[in-house]
Amino acid sequence: MVKSSSSKKLRREAGQGYLFMAPVLIILGIFVIAPILCAIYLSFHKVELLGGTHLEFRGLDNFMKITFDDRAHIALKNTFIYVVIVVPLQTLLALVLAASLNAGMKGQKFFRIVYFLPTLTSSAVLTLIFMWMYNQNGLINHILDMLHLPTYNWIGDPSVALLAIMIMNIWATAPFFMVIYLAALQDIPDSHYEAAELDGATGLQKFWHITVPNLRPVTSFVVIMGLIGTFQLFDQSYIFSGGSGGPNNSTLTVVLLIYQYAFKSLGTMGYATALAFMLAIIILIATLLQRKFSKEESLY
Amino acid sequence: MKKRPIGKTILYVILIVYAVITLVPFLWALSSSFKSLGEIVSGSINFIPKNFTIDNYKEIFTREPLFGRWLFNSLFIAVVGTFLNLIFNSMAGYALARLSFPGKKSIFIIILAVLMIPFQVTLIPNFLILKAFGWLNTYQGMIIPGAVNATFIFMMRQFFINFPKEVEEAAAIDGLGKFGTFFRIVLPLAKPALAAQTIFVFMAFWNDFMRPLIILSDESMFTLPLGLNSFKGQFISYWNYIMAASMVFTLPILILYAFFNRYFVKGIKFTGEK
Repeated sequence: MVKSSSSKKLRREAGQGYLFMAPVLIILGIFVIAPILCAIYLSFHKVELLGGTHLEFRGLDNFMKITFDDRAHIALKNTFIYVVIVVPLQTLLALVLAASLNAGMKGQKFFRIVYFLPTLTSSAVLTLIFMWMYNQNGLINHILDMLHLPTYNWIGDPSVALLAIMIMNIWATAPFFMVIYLAALQDIPDSHYEAAELDGATGLQKFWHITVPNLRPVTSFVVIMGLIGTFQLFDQSYIFSGGSGGPNNSTLTVVLLIYQYAFKSLGTMGYATALAFMLAIIILIATLLQRKFSKEESLY
Repeated sequence: MKKRPIGKTILYVILIVYAVITLVPFLWALSSSFKSLGEIVSGSINFIPKNFTIDNYKEIFTREPLFGRWLFNSLFIAVVGTFLNLIFNSMAGYALARLSFPGKKSIFIIILAVLMIPFQVTLIPNFLILKAFGWLNTYQGMIIPGAVNATFIFMMRQFFINFPKEVEEAAAIDGLGKFGTFFRIVLPLAKPALAAQTIFVFMAFWNDFMRPLIILSDESMFTLPLGLNSFKGQFISYWNYIMAASMVFTLPILILYAFFNRYFVKGIKFTGEK
């Protein structure tokens, strides 16, 4: 009798468990799990949306097409350049800012609130503010001119347009990672620093020999988050170029290209899905490589 | 603790220079939003407007009659979306932490795996599914697919694992069922975790650009980021209007931040510890 009542209780708890999980299971099922399966299916098909949805099996054609699509190559190249420059710089800037703030400075709270502003502001607003500053007759060119530096047509010149987005995004993203570093810095025990001081270490030596090694796991996290974010650059390129990826494809990123093929041209939705898978795989590989390198480093 | 004064000076220089670099774009935008078109076009670089005017703020609502509607759409989607996230993510987190049911482990692993999938992969099928449902250009099309979030399910699970069991046991003795215990006793005690979630989820809805770009094509359904982008296209050299609209758009987040400041840092810390 005891047994049957306890199994009844278990069954009731299981029922309640499913009830508690139900909204999440339904929504993840319909809008995440089903779409992943659907995406695999679409990537092997040509998709026509005229009238209803027409599918035509094309095997690996969509994936092969990537190899000879010039715009895909340009988008990949732009995205790689963007990632390779932005991730190290924003990580370094975040670390320097966090370490400076953590050195027992007065006004820490004030600086932290100021540095948060870009994190709080939407990408659309930030992009518009920067486009206004990047204007040919705008604030940035005026400042450059005052310093006797060359001025640029930041938005219209293909050789600097992507650079303009990089500067903007390093500025916008570094403070977010700074907060993560700051939290980690506060967890490093003071005794480490005190011991180093007894040995006569300078501030910079303490930074290199205590702070940096202690922050290795957090750095790994910051770099991975940075990789994932930068590979997915879209909003800024879209607003900057009015959706075209111009001037002369200089701000065309992989995600912008996926968007264009999926929603702005006919019959290329399957190809866009194949591109999305390629991007997912690139991000996965980059993340795994980063993990591998940071593990090897920590062996020493 | 003795510190070299030179080192401290260098650190202050770094902090102050970077604070200026951070503030200038915002101050420039704010100042431009109070300037007349003539002053904008002249390309002068004074931060204090020569002829201070609040006309731009009035003009954006009259010149673009939909501006108020976009503001409403953004608020509605973000508020309802955040509310659903708070309830659904907490319920799931609670079940994963406290209740036992068959398949719990595999469900948890699936939720962790979902965290790894880039959003672009599911984007196109999501569009087709919403189209099949007739949910394009609707509030539910914007809200429901984003009504749960794997990151915060995970966060709530961690929170409830460390939650004192005695509270629930006392509630059970008082005759409250699992649902009653959860909604009346447990959830009110989870306020810090919910506050951190609120600001992040709200910001994600409020600032989202790509999803509305794909789901919403009807101008009257636009959210502010989309509206702002189309506004820019319409008034391309009226930077005074564009900056005023940008400021209106930024204000609600600043207010939210002022209220939830403490939890914001906690939330970021959590993301970092994951």
